[in-house]
Amino acid sequence: MSDVLLPSVESAYSSPDAQGFYGPYGGTFVPETVIPALAELAKAYETALNDPEFRNELGYLLRDYVGRPTPLYKAERLAEAVGLGTVYLKREDLNHTGAHKINNSLGQCLLAKRMGKHRVIAETGAGQHGVATATAAALMGLECAVFMGVEDIRRQALNVYKMRLLGSEVVPVAEGGGTLADAVTAALRHWVERVEDTFYVIGSTVGPHPYPAIVREFQSVIGEETLAQLQVKGVGHVDAVIACVGGGSNAIGMFYPFLRNLPDESRPLLVGAEAAGLGIETDKHGAALTKGTPGVMHGFYSYLLQDDAGNPLEAYSISAGLDYPGVGPEHSSLKDAGLVRYEAVTDAEALEAFALLTRTEGIIPAIESSHALAMLPRLAAELGPDAVVVVNVSGRGDKDMDIVREAGLGTD
Amino acid sequence: MAPTEIPSRLEVAFRKGRPALVAYLMGGYPDRAGSLAALRAVALAGADVIELGVPYADPLADGPVIQHAAKVARARDGSFGLAETLDLAAEAATIEDMPPLVVMTYLNPMMRMGFPVVAGRAAEAGIAGFIVPDLPPDNPMAAQWMREARSRGIDTVFLAAPTSTPERLALVGERSAGFVYVVSSLGVTGERAELPAELTALVGRVRASTSLPVAVGFGVSTPQQVSNVAGIADGIIVGSALVKRQDDPVALGDFVRSLASAVQRR
Ligand SMILES: Cc1ncc(COP(=O)(O)O)c(C=O)c1O
Repeated sequence: MSDVLLPSVESAYSSPDAQGFYGPYGGTFVPETVIPALAELAKAYETALNDPEFRNELGYLLRDYVGRPTPLYKAERLAEAVGLGTVYLKREDLNHTGAHKINNSLGQCLLAKRMGKHRVIAETGAGQHGVATATAAALMGLECAVFMGVEDIRRQALNVYKMRLLGSEVVPVAEGGGTLADAVTAALRHWVERVEDTFYVIGSTVGPHPYPAIVREFQSVIGEETLAQLQVKGVGHVDAVIACVGGGSNAIGMFYPFLRNLPDESRPLLVGAEAAGLGIETDKHGAALTKGTPGVMHGFYSYLLQDDAGNPLEAYSISAGLDYPGVGPEHSSLKDAGLVRYEAVTDAEALEAFALLTRTEGIIPAIESSHALAMLPRLAAELGPDAVVVVNVSGRGDKDMDIVREAGLGTD
Repeated sequence: MAPTEIPSRLEVAFRKGRPALVAYLMGGYPDRAGSLAALRAVALAGADVIELGVPYADPLADGPVIQHAAKVARARDGSFGLAETLDLAAEAATIEDMPPLVVMTYLNPMMRMGFPVVAGRAAEAGIAGFIVPDLPPDNPMAAQWMREARSRGIDTVFLAAPTSTPERLALVGERSAGFVYVVSSLGVTGERAELPAELTALVGRVRASTSLPVAVGFGVSTPQQVSNVAGIADGIIVGSALVKRQDDPVALGDFVRSLASAVQRR
């Protein structure tokens, strides 16, 4: 066992500040009506974190209900195919409900219960966060309504059906492009109306403070397990860690323990893959970090795809979980600080990576996760044939069968 | 209170010895000329203050009527936004007996243009105040904006909500200038059949936290509601009910006159 990936004594990385700012990003930009609810949430969250009972209950559910820890699997045939020494896959796709989203939904629904709220709402893009929240709500006996854009309802029909089966209401959102950003807006509007009896379970590291910090906390189990598993496997050196970035929750969950525990010198290259859609030179993409400029949307300040007048633009990606015009504030701060590198991956590259993992390893990844996998050939070119790389496979591809079939995969 | 000695035009408008009628209109709706005609009609019909909304792609605090108007305005005339609204306001200010204008905009268009530019152009256009629903008074960005606005005699109006704690109300009351905007009920803008029974108590709590005039908005839409609110507040803000009629200046003017007389009758 090498000591390179052991925790450092003291890490300089400490965000956010008391007002929820990560450098200049983050904060609380919402109507006054919900400010007291956010303050109440921040307090309840602090108390819960320091309560061993809360931690035990969440830990128990993650183990016996979700199936954690998820494996860190050495994908040898994939590594050979992309020309890397070693590729480890963090198998978040094996979680109950099929993605990392359940880590956060269970945490937030437990918080909701502690706060005495009997009703939760959520937004969803790919439907994974919606299904995860509907699942947690069913488990805990909470009433649940999930806001989903009409375009996503079309793209992710199976997940819509699942949410209804689980007893949740799915509220179609027709405004805008009918995708994730519109669902967030609709959920926030609804929350302003029902703030007294309703808990908003946000699905990614976005939204006003303290949400980005809460979601990071509940998703950090991904990176913590990964660090521990690398140690057990005796892997002392990792060159790069990759995750896809929509709002940024699976990525921050993977990256944060590396940022917090490791000094800059021994930290692997952290790479976030956002959606380049049809290409970042077109207006059909979701690459907020690569192509956006700082602005305020959905209650926080961060890189944002916007027009010259400051209107958020519609994002596009083949994946319903990545077509968001903004990105979590912590990622903006990490980009500016040079602590994480963000690159954009096109629909076509993601589909190719999807097919490659499926054929080489017999693992069908989510189309979102395929964006992270698509970074492997690029990193092979850069890091060489001996490099050791970890990829977070944030979810499984069952929900994407119609999309990949439409795109022509597997029909030859 | 502003450290400068420029008298607040808004405070004056709210202290005429009777409650003030604040009319909300959407800039650029149904188109630029139509919104100018609406401004004229509403001024003539006796509005004491006009709130001019900036069309925005993600109006988080607005209900269906205002969302729709924003969408139409953005689809016309090369996407109407903050710059166009300020320009419209400048032209409206030349109309005879135009009451003080308050711009209601989400924060991001202001950040995109830059606070000094926004404040400079707004001052040139004769804007009396700004309402920014997604900018809470204790956000560091609020202090930055107010530095620019105050020195140019522009008031920043913050919102008090039914959920606000006494500490929040104190903050809103202390940082606001011109008046305090009381959100009547939970939820987004839009007509309500009934205003909550607790409104009187809420207005009382807000009054106790500020020396500024106190105006009530969100959901106020009929002459009867205006008359009721006039019994407890210094101002009544009517939005969706006007925007709904904004494409017909004659009907709009008649309706505002009915609201104005509901205020007078108190
Ligand atoms: C499998 C999967 N991965 C990634 C994402 C993107 O979200 P985030 O960036 O918050 O991890 C989603 C969102 O729906 C998802 O379903």
